[in-house]
Amino acid sequence: MTDTSTKLSADFILNGEPKVVEPTIFDLSSPGRTGVSFPEPDVPRSELPNSMLRDDLPLPELAEVDVVRHYMHLSTFNYSVDSGFYPLGSCTMKYNPKINEDTCRLPGFLFTHPLQPIETVQGNLALMYTLQEWLKEISGFAGMTLQPAAGAHGEFTGVLIMRAYHKSRGDDKRVKMLIPDSAHGTNPASAGMMGLKVVQIPSDERGNVDIEALKAECDDTVLGLMLTNPNTLGLFDENVEEVTRIVHDCGGLVYGDGANLNALLGIVKPGDLGIDVMHFNLHKTFAVPHGGGGPGSGPVGVAAHLADFLPAPLVGILEEGDDELAPLFGFVFPEKSIGRMKAFHGHFGGGLVRAFTYIAMHGPDGLRQVSEYAVLNANYLQARLRDTYKIPFDRICMHEFVAEGRFKDTDVKALDISKRLMDYGFHPPTNYFPLIVHEALMIEPTETENKDTLDAFADTLIKIAEEAKTDPDLLHNAPHTTKFGRMDEVKAARELVLCCWLPEDYEDQ
Amino acid sequence: MTYIPISPKERDAMLETVGVKKLDDLFDSVPAKHRFPTLNLPPAITEMEAAAELGELATANESTKDLISFLGAGMYNHYIPSVVDHILRRGEFYTAYTPYQPEISQGTLQGIFEYQSLMSTLTGMEVSNASHYDGATAAAESINLAWAVFRGKRTKVVISPTVHPQYREVIRTYTQGMDLEMAGDNAEADLETGPEALTELVDENTMLVIVQYPDFFGRIYDYTKLTELAHEKGALVCVVANPTALAMFKTPADMDADIVVGEGQPLGIPMWYGGPSLGFFTTRKKYVHKMAGRLVGETVDSRGQKAYVLTLTAREQHIKRERATSNICTNQGLLALASAVYLSLVGKKGLRQVAESCYHKAHYAAEQLSKLPGMGLCFSEPYFHEFALCVGQPVSEVNEHLLNHGFIGGYDLGKDYPALKDHMLVAVTEMNTKEEIDAFVQVLAEVAHD
Repeated sequence: MTDTSTKLSADFILNGEPKVVEPTIFDLSSPGRTGVSFPEPDVPRSELPNSMLRDDLPLPELAEVDVVRHYMHLSTFNYSVDSGFYPLGSCTMKYNPKINEDTCRLPGFLFTHPLQPIETVQGNLALMYTLQEWLKEISGFAGMTLQPAAGAHGEFTGVLIMRAYHKSRGDDKRVKMLIPDSAHGTNPASAGMMGLKVVQIPSDERGNVDIEALKAECDDTVLGLMLTNPNTLGLFDENVEEVTRIVHDCGGLVYGDGANLNALLGIVKPGDLGIDVMHFNLHKTFAVPHGGGGPGSGPVGVAAHLADFLPAPLVGILEEGDDELAPLFGFVFPEKSIGRMKAFHGHFGGGLVRAFTYIAMHGPDGLRQVSEYAVLNANYLQARLRDTYKIPFDRICMHEFVAEGRFKDTDVKALDISKRLMDYGFHPPTNYFPLIVHEALMIEPTETENKDTLDAFADTLIKIAEEAKTDPDLLHNAPHTTKFGRMDEVKAARELVLCCWLPEDYEDQ
Repeated sequence: MTYIPISPKERDAMLETVGVKKLDDLFDSVPAKHRFPTLNLPPAITEMEAAAELGELATANESTKDLISFLGAGMYNHYIPSVVDHILRRGEFYTAYTPYQPEISQGTLQGIFEYQSLMSTLTGMEVSNASHYDGATAAAESINLAWAVFRGKRTKVVISPTVHPQYREVIRTYTQGMDLEMAGDNAEADLETGPEALTELVDENTMLVIVQYPDFFGRIYDYTKLTELAHEKGALVCVVANPTALAMFKTPADMDADIVVGEGQPLGIPMWYGGPSLGFFTTRKKYVHKMAGRLVGETVDSRGQKAYVLTLTAREQHIKRERATSNICTNQGLLALASAVYLSLVGKKGLRQVAESCYHKAHYAAEQLSKLPGMGLCFSEPYFHEFALCVGQPVSEVNEHLLNHGFIGGYDLGKDYPALKDHMLVAVTEMNTKEEIDAFVQVLAEVAHD
């Protein structure tokens, strides 16, 4: 197959100069242009401390229209949930309701300062208090902090809480964190930040935690286990209660990675399964948009015995209300708090307001439907692909599943399949994760896709499997129809060009 | 309501393909006694009702649109040009994931590359990462970098007591498991002495010195001497900087700082009751391999086009797991874009204009306020847009009086610094008009007495 879009640009062939598709904001700058003007100060000018002044500020200069067009052009280079199917495993790329974009920008939320007197921010505090209560109810926990900024930040919070719990009991010898081999990379990294010894626990042939291997590692040096359930194979651990019991029996605590909570809303409360502490990803489960990499929001829930260790402060009721008077909300400080995880109160506007809107509009039945349909969609895709792609742990999955992206008699890899999917207008699944599956394609459709989209995606993957056999180079060289082709990642790491500047002759222009 | 686009008929067809009879059958692996719990939550509401309910909560607040604010202390009321939110509202930006597939993520990647470039320009440093959660966590991550640079062989960190109190709290939380010696983090310290006082604490075991610029009281110090002395002992220096101030004052790079971090909220991000905001992190190129967080680098694609990718990913958690420089994964991508759009719009002139406007207004306010009986500036050093004002009586009472007259008063410094009981940290930005400042002074005059 010949495809003109894969040809090298003429400039590159002639001069070795890469073709610029969209210049940088620095390239577009022209001396003397202004994008926005500010009023002159309406007060007398004070003397400036001359010895401390900066002489040059080489920021770009552009008009408003230049800036708008530039970023509009850039936006068209992105694939997004708003433009198409984004089955990125473990990322829960569900549709982000538009109303949430409006509620989180209400002026009363946008323009409140985090240190204002509490009497002036009762709306914010009531929202936060209610969200704490809702998340506790959804997850079966007794305590909740909204402070952590993201999932990994929540994990770090959770591990600090577990450590503080043991320390408060004079139990100082617990230095070992058990982590199943299917865990997200953030789990060992969070434990590593605490200087803990990470011990990997294998999975059994059904994708569950290997019980015997777990027992062998459980002793009085175990700080805890970090468990993702459903795990990254998309499977609910069939022995989860036994797993948590074994860890508790040796005095350890169980951390739940809530990244995959989209499978469990109204299905089971993690707290009921013996999980002691868990983070939420509001940007996955509760439709906070991913923003091209953030901001997220990672509240942490804990069982009663850990509530005193939560980060400070939490939102509480300072004075009970009655029929006529609303309660007075304010901040409360847990007795043995691990301290503060970030400045101020968490990702209030971008995270908490959106998640609050989402939960309020779903109610208990709607949340259960979210998980039911997320799981239905994943199982439907798994069923449609089972005959074409090997499913290494083949049973009813939860909200996602993992297929192998390799075939007999061809060297096509998962990455090639992923890149070829782009030619058909789909975002690829997660590649090469979990690490325990060869050439993993981790597929999470979410509940916000219809049957037509799922069928089109399955048909395409089946077609690509055929192409892999008949024309493997078509996959090796994919994508063909996108604006950009495969990247020279080695060049990026070797040359390490991490920023640009105004040109040297800028002022002479 | 939900956003599920599947009809009952389609559902049944899908269930049949899966080979189960009903949705409940998909959950047999969940322990029966805990399966399908009742969720005691309010019943679902429609979009129309949600808009009204959230509107009510928002109007239960009194925002800086209702009250005149002189509160800063780490989060500042600046003007955000209209364009910024128009760009952020592009679904192509805000509904995309981390750019792991560069062929179809060049918008995000080039945006971050430009953000890195703009932050390097602003701080004067050589490299910037793609962001941290906020200024406080960025400051805490500077310790992880220093730890990696010295491979754990140095274990002491010197922190100025005039670094934001909440940042120091976060640093204490972050370092709980690290067995470090922390020096200088003392609210009882003499706050009058300059940064050189810290050098007494710097020794051969010190890996990092952390100072703030302007410091928590708004003061501008030249840290050149401090960095020189710290470098003599082999220690690194991290400066927590206010990005607006960097438009007019010497950069920390001019003072030979090794790491410059800070809160990027002043650059086009709403206060949003404290978050999400933007932690920026910049350093020298030689430390890039020890830096946490994502990095975007320039490259070419297979067609000879200039393009951008996430690079040096081997530092990160998804590759290195427990040996990663940090566990950070999700960062503040969209807000890094916001600040890139903001900086592109205001440009070199506009940002300097904002900074100078803040400076002049703060100095005018300080001058007027110090004329009031019993009130006065606490420190004599040059300052930017924030200053410590002695009010001669409990700040909580003064602030209550101010609130009754429609003002949000300054931050009560006595909460964090016993020596600064009855002192208020007043912030003035380009948003405060002379009329507002004069009214503020007048209301304070009502309570001022010798």
